Amino acid sequence: MSNNPPTQTHYVAPLEETPLVAIDTVNVGERPSNLWIDAWRDMRRRPMFWISSVIILLVVLVALFPNLFTSVPPNDNCVLSNSNGAPTAEHILGFTKQGCDVFSRIIHGTSTSLSVGIIVTVLTTVLGILFGMFAGYYGGWLDSVLSRAGDIFFSIPYILAAVVIMSVFSAYRNVFVISLAIGIFAWPATARVLRAEIMRVKNSDYVMASQALGVSRFRILLRHVLPNSIAPVIVVTTISLGAAIVAEATLSFLGVGLPNTTMSWGNDISAAQSDLRTAPQTLIYPSLALSITVLSFIMLGEVVRDALDPKARAQR
Amino acid sequence: MSDSSTSIQPLLEIKNLEVGFQTTEGIVPAVRGVDLTLMPGQTLAIVGESGSGKSTTAHAIINLLPGPGRITGGSIMFDGQELTSYSEKKMEEIRGRQIGFVPQDPMSNLNPVWSVGFQVEETIRANGIASGRKAVKAHAIQVLKEAGLADADKRLKQFPHQFSGGMRQRVLIGIGLSSRPKLLIADEPTSALDVTVQRRILDHLETLTRDIGTAVLFITHDLGLAAERAEQLVVMYKGKIVEAGPSKEILQNPVHPYTQRLVAAAPSLASRRIQSATHASASHALSDLEYAPTKVTEGLDLIAAAEERIEQQPKTKRPDAIVVKDLTKVYKIRGQGRGAAGELTASDAVSFSVEKGTTTALVGESGSGKSTVAKMILRLEDPTSGSIMIDGQDVAPLKGKALLDLRRRMQPVFQDPYGSLDPLRNIGNTIGEPLNTHKVGDRVSRKARVLELLDQVALPKTLITRYPNELSGGQRQRVAIARALALKPDIVVLDEAVSALDVLVQAQILKLLADLQAELELTYLFITHDLAVVRVIADNVCVMQQGKIVEAASTDDVFDSPKEQYTKELLNAIPGAGITLGV
Repeated sequence: MSNNPPTQTHYVAPLEETPLVAIDTVNVGERPSNLWIDAWRDMRRRPMFWISSVIILLVVLVALFPNLFTSVPPNDNCVLSNSNGAPTAEHILGFTKQGCDVFSRIIHGTSTSLSVGIIVTVLTTVLGILFGMFAGYYGGWLDSVLSRAGDIFFSIPYILAAVVIMSVFSAYRNVFVISLAIGIFAWPATARVLRAEIMRVKNSDYVMASQALGVSRFRILLRHVLPNSIAPVIVVTTISLGAAIVAEATLSFLGVGLPNTTMSWGNDISAAQSDLRTAPQTLIYPSLALSITVLSFIMLGEVVRDALDPKARAQR
Repeated sequence: MSDSSTSIQPLLEIKNLEVGFQTTEGIVPAVRGVDLTLMPGQTLAIVGESGSGKSTTAHAIINLLPGPGRITGGSIMFDGQELTSYSEKKMEEIRGRQIGFVPQDPMSNLNPVWSVGFQVEETIRANGIASGRKAVKAHAIQVLKEAGLADADKRLKQFPHQFSGGMRQRVLIGIGLSSRPKLLIADEPTSALDVTVQRRILDHLETLTRDIGTAVLFITHDLGLAAERAEQLVVMYKGKIVEAGPSKEILQNPVHPYTQRLVAAAPSLASRRIQSATHASASHALSDLEYAPTKVTEGLDLIAAAEERIEQQPKTKRPDAIVVKDLTKVYKIRGQGRGAAGELTASDAVSFSVEKGTTTALVGESGSGKSTVAKMILRLEDPTSGSIMIDGQDVAPLKGKALLDLRRRMQPVFQDPYGSLDPLRNIGNTIGEPLNTHKVGDRVSRKARVLELLDQVALPKTLITRYPNELSGGQRQRVAIARALALKPDIVVLDEAVSALDVLVQAQILKLLADLQAELELTYLFITHDLAVVRVIADNVCVMQQGKIVEAASTDDVFDSPKEQYTKELLNAIPGAGITLGV
């Protein structure tokens, strides 16, 4: 193609080379899409999403139906002569100091760890959403009160706080109490993320448009502001689920977590520390179960964040 | 080849330039075979809508393409040098020294943490114009003086936030011209500025470049502005040049249908044409205008739309729909210094009235208080004092049910078509929201109404399940209009409702608004900064400046015999003043 240099002369491109396109048309051939549908389509294409989801699904299955995965009872049939024994065909991961089956204990401990993770996450998310939502949306004195309250909780490391709480309530050590102890100090992170997002979204034009339509303030919050602000909370939530499982293990390891009679990965790791050199399997396998589970949640969180953040998507 | 007859070598000669953007799906072409020739000292304007490749072409010349952009073919000869073969290091020597660049947004192109003087001196040093502390400073003062800033030596120590938008753009132009480049690329240099400032800045730029003898490559979306400022015009469309040549020739005799569309849809040109027609005939009738809309410009022609609108207007006097009296709004703002609180009067005793079924435009530059007035009328802000009467009813005491009824009669459409729709709700839900809120009808009748509304704003019914991010700006604005019309209001407040749209889409929306007004007898309060648009849409105009209405009259009166100096300035700022048009 060699056109005359379009100077001095009046140059007009041939119409067949530059056909006019209808102004302002929409392509309705494709399926409808919005943020969530797009995010799902994006995640679906990533192996990382499938790997972490399958692992998480497996962990949930194990927690719900431990007997499907092992026929060996975790605490009965413990024979002291098997103490720290090596793996056998029936007991593939060997024995603990008490002569119990390591594999069986890991399988049966899953539900404890997962329960703590889920309860803590539900608690922090509910508290975080309530505090963050009202503080961010209504602002003013309510924001000051709620945010300062959050700051107080935020300034105390939640592990330290949980250690203190668990030591005080040593008589009531169970899954709910430990979840409460972790969750009560972990919510400000969620609240802060949501508050910032709400403050951004509430200034959108569509909020003003709804206001002018006569939609009530609270309804606007629930219908428009919250759904458009929730994406970062989901990311924080997924990642914090892993963190809560770690926190439970940490507390149990420190001896202020669940009582020895409750099977949990944290308790197993704690019990195994003295025999690390003679029987490494007693420490390695529960730790591995913990790491893989936590890693899966964190990985899923990363994938979700990438899918929900259009900026991160554009850079790929 | 026409330029073989002239003995001078072209300063810039682009041949068959191809630019593409690397994406995961391969290279997407943005510029497809562009040829351009610019002679020394000449001014050439590239005109096009967003996505036409005009800015990409300009950025390709100085190799400042964003991220994944690549020059994939063609040549750029600048002053005897082939720029496409140059390394990044060599390009750095060309940029600034031989080719100056004035960016689009003066607000974000000066670093806020350094003083203006530092940034000017930095350029001077980087381009090796002067060395030594004193010489550099002296030169910096000279640059700012040239940029038209009074007491330049004091200004050097100030920071960008202490400068207004226009002053910042002056500084950027000064920086761009500081090394006396042979070519200056100005990418929409005044799009972010008020119209009167725009005019002064461009006048200044013109004088400066003429004195220095710098050629200017001017990128703009405004055909009127381009024709006024450049001898040569290049019209781009979808990455290609569709028409190029001398500005006047193109405006008077557009050949390519796309250019014809642009000429028909440009508000500045339309307002000029209406103006010259009414002056020539001295009777204020648009029908005297000898202008026949062609097939390609159907539905885009602003003059035709304006003509139709006037025809459909009944000439009898009707009752007032909106009466605003002494409306005042004072904002408390944080002042300078410790604990000081200032007051800002955004709206100062504003009074006007809008007749039922007519359009009144509230015109003003940024900060004039026009949007504040709109928000108060919509009851989104409470006035400090004054009264608003809608259909003879004082709206100030309304609460609860009565306020809801008021909202039903009065609906807004906002400026930003990308922000005014909730991204997570589909179009059906968005348009249906007012019906749900006001509990109009049952589910089936609501859906029928939504479909009817989609039809009214000329959108396909299939859009009902779509989400806003799938629509273009113009379509979103149609959805916003449909939502506003859902409750069959009498009054629609249009807050810069067409300002963010491309000209062709803008023309379509203006036509739609005119049609809807005729069909539904709507009363419009049209808030805008663009006086050219007002000419084609409004019956009456209120010009606002610093919170006050400085002039209010019928559109014809304001355009034909403006009383106030400020109104005259605004009118003069509409581009295309000196152009005789072929129609």
